[in-house]
Amino acid sequence: MSRAFATLLLAASTLVLSASAETVAITHGKIETVSAAGTIEDGTLVLKDGKITAVGAHVAIPANARIIDAKGSVVTPGIFAVSSDLSVMEVEGVRNTHEESSKLGAAFDVQYGVNPASTLIPLVRQGGVTRAMVTPVAPHGREGDQDENAGEEYTAGDTNDGVNASSLFAGLAAGLRLNVGVAEPVFAPKAAMVADLGDDGARVAGSHGAALQLLKSALDDARFYAKRRSAYENGQSRSFALAREEMEALQPVLNGKIPLLVRVHSAGDIRQLLKLAKEEHIKLVLEGAEEAWLVGDALAASKTPVIIDTEADLPQQFETLGARLDNAARLQKAGVLVAITGNHSTAMLRQARFNAGTAVANGLAYEDALAAITANPARIWGLSEHLGSLAPGKDADVVIWNGDPLETSTWPLAVFIAGAEQPDTSRAFQLRDRYLHADDGLPPAYH
Amino acid sequence: MGELRVKRLCAAALAALVLCGCATTGGEKAAKADASTKPLVMGLDASLNPDPFPSTYKPLPSRPTAIVGANILTATGQEIDGGVVVMTAGKIIAVGPSGTAVPQGAVVIDGTGKWVTPGVIDAHSHLGVYPTPAVQARSDGNEMTDPNTAQVWAEHSIWPADPGFNRARAGGVTTLEILPGSANLFGGRAAIIKNVPSLTYQGMKFPGAPYGLKMACGENPKRVYGSMHRSPSTEMGNVAGYRKAWIDAAEYKRKWDEYHAKAAKGEKAEPPKRDLTLDTLSGVLRGEILVQNHCYRADEMATMIDISHEFGFHVAMFHHASEGYKAADMLVKEGVCIATWADWANFKMESLDGIEANAAIAFKKGVCVVIHSDDETITQHLNQEAAIAMAAGNRIGLAITRADAIAWITANPAKAIGVLDKTGTLEAGKAGDVVLWNRDPFSVYAKADKVFIDGALTYDRFDPHYQPKSDFELGQPGQGEFQ
Repeated sequence: MSRAFATLLLAASTLVLSASAETVAITHGKIETVSAAGTIEDGTLVLKDGKITAVGAHVAIPANARIIDAKGSVVTPGIFAVSSDLSVMEVEGVRNTHEESSKLGAAFDVQYGVNPASTLIPLVRQGGVTRAMVTPVAPHGREGDQDENAGEEYTAGDTNDGVNASSLFAGLAAGLRLNVGVAEPVFAPKAAMVADLGDDGARVAGSHGAALQLLKSALDDARFYAKRRSAYENGQSRSFALAREEMEALQPVLNGKIPLLVRVHSAGDIRQLLKLAKEEHIKLVLEGAEEAWLVGDALAASKTPVIIDTEADLPQQFETLGARLDNAARLQKAGVLVAITGNHSTAMLRQARFNAGTAVANGLAYEDALAAITANPARIWGLSEHLGSLAPGKDADVVIWNGDPLETSTWPLAVFIAGAEQPDTSRAFQLRDRYLHADDGLPPAYH
Repeated sequence: MGELRVKRLCAAALAALVLCGCATTGGEKAAKADASTKPLVMGLDASLNPDPFPSTYKPLPSRPTAIVGANILTATGQEIDGGVVVMTAGKIIAVGPSGTAVPQGAVVIDGTGKWVTPGVIDAHSHLGVYPTPAVQARSDGNEMTDPNTAQVWAEHSIWPADPGFNRARAGGVTTLEILPGSANLFGGRAAIIKNVPSLTYQGMKFPGAPYGLKMACGENPKRVYGSMHRSPSTEMGNVAGYRKAWIDAAEYKRKWDEYHAKAAKGEKAEPPKRDLTLDTLSGVLRGEILVQNHCYRADEMATMIDISHEFGFHVAMFHHASEGYKAADMLVKEGVCIATWADWANFKMESLDGIEANAAIAFKKGVCVVIHSDDETITQHLNQEAAIAMAAGNRIGLAITRADAIAWITANPAKAIGVLDKTGTLEAGKAGDVVLWNRDPFSVYAKADKVFIDGALTYDRFDPHYQPKSDFELGQPGQGEFQ
């Protein structure tokens, strides 16, 4: 290691440590706590040792605190990207930057593929996103993913038809913290198992119904295997469709420790899946779920949360004929826990907050929409003890906005992750500033 | 990959059209008589019938209408608070401040607290040609059988029952340019349509609008044909392909010009064989068809501009144009518009340097900026897409106003697709293509309350009678109800 590099590393770690250790008081904020405390119109928030230590209208400010006068700006919890490709797909059109596995199936654990150096982490952070659940995508499940150059705006005509797909399972998800300078950003490994039903599942099993049967058979295999591991090791067991490591990876789903995230779309598939989950005693999270509003009562009764794109209002496929703009509002009314995503792909991850705004325009209450991108993702992934709202004891993921965070006209003025203020930079900002620079006769490469 | 499995058309020669080109032996007099007495049948000479699939569009029934008290963004740089817009007989007849005269008998709509803009124009749409549901049987947007398919016309692929048209109208979209896809160097002709429900595409075609020619730079053509082991397989192959086609087009144009000149003088002339591909390209050289060029990178834009100089045509607009902000000076000098998104970038190498401030920086440097969709969802909220692009500029102090940004989705696309003399702004004499929004249209919470096309109410958020549904959606879950 060169001396200069060592010094840099030391400087970086000092910066992060000192920033984490910093005590900050954000005063005169319009604080959206996204908790029982609701909105505090003129409040103070204290961050210390990476945690929130106080929030309220009348809060004592510690003597050593750096005071940030928010001057009426809106203060919210950091946005939690509830399901994303962040750091496991740098450029969609470049296959070598994708982390996915057709070979490992359920045993693929995305935490090993996370790229802490992704240029998209700083970009997304500048949209107020502080945490992201990385949910792997099976190689068959990504639109237009048939060759290394196919990451295309769809009009180039790529289709998925006829792709050989091997597994219903995409693998294990991992939660990321988006702090600058963190070599190990995974803070919640193995947070969920991911599977595809619907059209994507049909590419593996042959049809929608066959995919459901294949899922049930896989869970049965894994359960049977776990009871007879020694017989299996001694070669005295029946054969299984899944490999040993896949059946091992499914155990936390079977014993209820982690949810099965299922990408599913039609009301019919959702009903069948809920039945299956009841029989198998597993916890579900649904993603996509364009027709979930038709099954609201059953989803609420089974306490099944859903992750939806609130812009989905077209019959994109025969499995989403009932897509509606008020899916979120109707589900919320039915008592379903709803989280809102931007586009799954990183390029538009920043739009989750605008999609929450779209949900408000289509009938969802403002506080519910804000929860759908902060507190609800934390609840869905079992992380609400530490994340998702502004309350004493929670991790200090905090964003100060120059206005309504769901509006198109706003941006973050400051982003804190675990108490550390994050730098206002990204590769995109560097490009922007380089070409804004006044022409001094030298090419932009000198700026 | 889809395009690999597309069955290649056998390179069958076009069925030979037997033209009356045989030499006659009757001397000059007889030849003169021949040429003057035997004009070509209409289908053999494009100039005899330049509009073989004519528009049958008729505006829907309308009544004289005045919107009173709304904040008006005219897209000519004006913002009028609490003003008046009056439409009669399909046209805007007055736009002015409070107190502007309203004709007797006009339907008066109270616009207090609301906003009025020109109808939104999406200059890059594949509605109808890549409709929903997105099934193979309706995937008609790319004729991926040759790098030059200038002979195909997007309108022939439009499925008018695409539910996406209705969704787009609910988002205020009144005019669209429907383009072929970007798999080919020359994708074919683009059609301009009015966004009204219709049994046929002819019933949607914008009367008097010019055709566009879709061209594509960069990764798509060389990937599609390179993977078939055909040219182009590289950037340099792309450029050779464009130049070869323009050489052929120039030669074709010369032959037809010569023929027409001779025929006009009554001289003997042998008509060239009509070629649909070269008809379209020579239409560009004649200035009748506007080049709409999918092109992401600044350096590729420079190449395309050089080619336009070499062959004497003009590029109307670079589409997607992720690096427009790098090319601003060149774009201003050449008078080329750019159409881009707010923040769709990074999905392939040629979009890697796309930034949210692209539109804002280019605009401030004087470029004609358009926010487009290329997408059946984004087209439903181009107002908000423009708002995100505007905010990215304001984040760095560029002070872009609503009056500026509204032109990105109305007047500027109208200019780039060649219909600014007919629509795109709120001015007396223009078409009554008007949207009444429930609030500031750049808000994430904004909704179109009423959408007028040629003065006729075509969508009303509160009246189910004015929420048309596609045939396809009847009897299906949701029945075409999307809100």
